[in-house]
Amino acid sequence: MEIDPLIFRLSIFVLSIFVGYYVVWSVTPSLHTPLMSVTNAISSVIIVGAIIAAANLSSGASFELSNMFGFVAIFLAAINIFGGFLVTQRMLQMYKKKKKK
Amino acid sequence: MSLNLAASLYLISGILFILALRGLSSPKTSRRGNIFGILGMILAVAVTFFSVDILFNGFIFIICALAIGGSIGAIIAYRISMTAMPQLVAGFHSLVGLAAVLVALSAFYNPGAFNLGTLNNIKTASLIEMSIGASIGAITFTGSIIAFLKLQGLMNSVPITFKGQHFINLLIGIGIVFLIVYITINQSDHIFWLLIISSFLLGILLIIPIGGADMPVVISMLNSYSGWAAAGIGFTLENSALIITGALVGSSGAILSYIMCKGMNRSFFNVILGGFGIVNSTLEKNKNRKPVKSGNAEDAAFLMKNASSVIIVPGYGMAVAQAQHAVREMADSLKKNGVKVSYAVHPVAGRMPGHMNVLLAEANVPYDEVFEQENINNDFASTDVAFVIGANDVTNPVAKTDPQSPIYGMPILDVEKSKSVLFVKRSLSPGYAGIDNELFYRDNTLMLFADAKKMTEEIVKSLN
Repeated sequence: MEIDPLIFRLSIFVLSIFVGYYVVWSVTPSLHTPLMSVTNAISSVIIVGAIIAAANLSSGASFELSNMFGFVAIFLAAINIFGGFLVTQRMLQMYKKKKKK
Repeated sequence: MSLNLAASLYLISGILFILALRGLSSPKTSRRGNIFGILGMILAVAVTFFSVDILFNGFIFIICALAIGGSIGAIIAYRISMTAMPQLVAGFHSLVGLAAVLVALSAFYNPGAFNLGTLNNIKTASLIEMSIGASIGAITFTGSIIAFLKLQGLMNSVPITFKGQHFINLLIGIGIVFLIVYITINQSDHIFWLLIISSFLLGILLIIPIGGADMPVVISMLNSYSGWAAAGIGFTLENSALIITGALVGSSGAILSYIMCKGMNRSFFNVILGGFGIVNSTLEKNKNRKPVKSGNAEDAAFLMKNASSVIIVPGYGMAVAQAQHAVREMADSLKKNGVKVSYAVHPVAGRMPGHMNVLLAEANVPYDEVFEQENINNDFASTDVAFVIGANDVTNPVAKTDPQSPIYGMPILDVEKSKSVLFVKRSLSPGYAGIDNELFYRDNTLMLFADAKKMTEEIVKSLN
């Protein structure tokens, strides 16, 4: 009997939860707000699903409902990706070591 | 691009995301971490472009959607004030939630594109995965919108509770599970829509009873949900980058929720069920008020100038009054006078985890002068002046002494141990928990009744 590929994905998922657990506990509390904005940005990697949805035309060359959903999802995820990473960068710039006068 | 190569590259993108979070363990490595995150995202998007068969028309539309969305995101990121970060993050969560719903819908209507079978003949496992992803995404979407409205002040942040609320939520929750089972049996798109609509409703109902100072928990919780929604979609798409990211974000949000709950000494369920501070607020109001000592800016300036050490305790009130820059100026003049200045930040100060630290960083306060509660609490006893600005409940000694108090057991900042306490506040009104702060009436407390920003600016004037 072969192992269902689902089990491999489940393994990745469970191990990533553990990785996430240890990595997040090591985040310094003063950076918890940037942590939230950057996790928000990376969760927008859902855009890969949106691109597949938008690009694939199931029949003919006209756009269907599923493609439209894809385009809207790309739009939403793009706001998040750019907004999330840039606002994180902006916050982290503020944590630069200031030269003592 | 071959599927195997694409899958390997998605894995690398997932690893880059792990490194992005890892970088946040110190401010020094954090900016490099963010670059890793950006690279991971670029890689994931590029791989996707190379692995789908794409028509020229479609490509143009995708680039347009990316460009318009990206510009809007960039403009928001540069314009947003740091005080408004909580509502921005809540708003962003809602977008992830809605994107998850849309991708799930798209996969449902066009399963061929995702290799999930054909319409009305989708693999059962995929159906369960996309239903869960869509449902959590929908809850995240409406829940985050309610959180956004409350934080932005467009909706009253007073908890909305009604009889049988939790029972209704439970019923909808059970209904959602049944709908998911039903979808796997007959694959009807009507049922899929019904699932999404019920989840929208549940998202609203879950967040309306939670308000005010519990917002840090709500935001962390929605952060976690957006991660689980992404993971659900990741399983549907068999995409390891999405699964890894979803798991990371999900556990990150869960840990932050836990830290926030611990900061208030409340169980997660207690926060979720809402309605904190309503019962007890009337009890304390009738208590006989002892006299308080109040002073003005000159008194405060005199006291601090002659101190050898001052600890500043900022709270959400400081952010509301936009007093953080004035506070930093005050700290600068004190330092010129040879006073040692540090800041004490309570875990739940502000409206989201770490909010106060960002506000202080924005005002150019060096991060090594800002301390977490556990690292500074012992220093109050050897400190001359504690300067409390915009914080209240987190300094209330009643949390340690009165088992009847609703905040009993909450870890508080031991400001009362310092030689004298300066308390900037508009009036003697109680804080969010609805209880009187015993600290106001202590002999070593001097109340400074004024707007936080005005008072601090006046102190700076007197100091110079």
